[in-house]
Amino acid sequence: MLDTIAERPAPAAVASARPAAAPAVMLANVRKSFGSTRVLNGVTLSVKRGDVTCVIGPSGSGKSTLLRCINALTPVDAGTVVVEGIAVHDPALDKLALRRRVGMVFQQYNLFPHKTALENVMMAPIHVLQEDREEVEARAVALLTKIRLLDKAHCYPGALSGGQQQRVAIARSLAMRPTIMLFDEVTAALDPVMVKEVLSTIRDLAEEGITCILVTHEMGFAREVADQVCFTDHGIVVEEGPPEMIFTQPEDPRTRDFLGHVTF
Amino acid sequence: MNGVWEWFAWLNQAHGINLPVFYDSYDRQRFFAGLLTTLELSALSVVASVVIGLIGAWLLGTSSIIARRLVHGYVHAFRNTPPLIQLSFLYFAVGNLLPRLEGVGGSSRPLLDGFAWAVITLSLFGGSFNVEIFRSGIEAVPASTIEAAESLGFGRWRLYRHVVLPLALRICLPALSNNLVNLVKTSTLAYAIGVPELLYVSAQVWSDTMNVREMMNLLLVAYVGIVGVLSFGLRRLETALRVPGLGTVGGRI
Repeated sequence: MLDTIAERPAPAAVASARPAAAPAVMLANVRKSFGSTRVLNGVTLSVKRGDVTCVIGPSGSGKSTLLRCINALTPVDAGTVVVEGIAVHDPALDKLALRRRVGMVFQQYNLFPHKTALENVMMAPIHVLQEDREEVEARAVALLTKIRLLDKAHCYPGALSGGQQQRVAIARSLAMRPTIMLFDEVTAALDPVMVKEVLSTIRDLAEEGITCILVTHEMGFAREVADQVCFTDHGIVVEEGPPEMIFTQPEDPRTRDFLGHVTF
Repeated sequence: MNGVWEWFAWLNQAHGINLPVFYDSYDRQRFFAGLLTTLELSALSVVASVVIGLIGAWLLGTSSIIARRLVHGYVHAFRNTPPLIQLSFLYFAVGNLLPRLEGVGGSSRPLLDGFAWAVITLSLFGGSFNVEIFRSGIEAVPASTIEAAESLGFGRWRLYRHVVLPLALRICLPALSNNLVNLVKTSTLAYAIGVPELLYVSAQVWSDTMNVREMMNLLLVAYVGIVGVLSFGLRRLETALRVPGLGTVGGRI
């Protein structure tokens, strides 16, 4: 199963036009305000292909907005956002081209309540990509097997636990065969057992080489799995680096202060 | 069938309960023609009012200010005026402005007959409520669910077709059922512009036979039956569409 995802055809036209080391996601000087509230105040961040990046920071520091700028759910006011060679900040952006490469998973799962788990996973490939139903169903069954929920394939989201819903939501995104996955506090509404289930699913993705960007408060996970941790505060990236550096020798006093309040 | 008709003839002779619409072939023919007209009028208006409601609610969600203003204007005009006045206005005032069709031997007939005007008026009347009913359903679909669909690449039309409308329909179905039931009952107003529907033919029968009491009872039973079928169907639809975790578990009989 892991193979079918790794084997997806890379967006060839874009890939060939780009040096191999080009970052999967690149944000430069991104600004965003909601009314008079400035949420992003010049964010600069670069994420390597295949890396796991954890974005940490206090609530209201702009973490979620940062994530939402990457798949154009939130249009940026200024700055550049380039994802797999696509200029996301461009008003003429082809959203479908972007969103078939970038999957997103939310804190509240947001599954389609009128569709079963299997149908949730199949919907986007069938209706958006207009792929063959049988092929999509085979892929969806394989994805549900992978997240160990094949026995719940015909359950509606309302009949699943939070952790199960969240894993279905991950499978639903993966069915589009994205190269980048965004996770917006996906474990915040779950109990510790479910958190473990979901994090282990994300860990599998990272091992398959999917670029993962997580907004999270799971410091243990960030420390263990992340290739890069970035600390945000007041709409800027204060500090970024490998987890061993951020967690053991943070340079900025704000990072030290935040991590001082965190228990692992 | 003849046995049934004969039983009504006997009922009249033995007990004086006079229902010629069953034993007299002429009255029977016009009564059932009226029933059929009511069914046609109701079915067409119900379907057309739902279509109008869907289109109106969709236009209210677009970015076009002109479209939104037009829909608001329409809703206000048709929701806030009595349907009998709408019917008279469209049939007598607007109908007379339309060109007439050439008939046989130099005569002419109106472009749209009373039945057509009744369907148009009832559809617009019911549709104005349906716009608001569908809007309430659409607005109740969580923004987060819509964002999830957008993140999966759903464009506006597919988002509506596969996510927003199926959820909105489930949310607004009880209110929609109310309005559609009301619309079927309002179809009796077509009487006023001479559409030979159930009330109209019943009035003809009781004028000829002087059996007002019997016809009134028959009318009530007929409408309980017609509306009963509709509300049974809508309730079945509601049950069929019910999914766990969405809406209440109540509403069962």
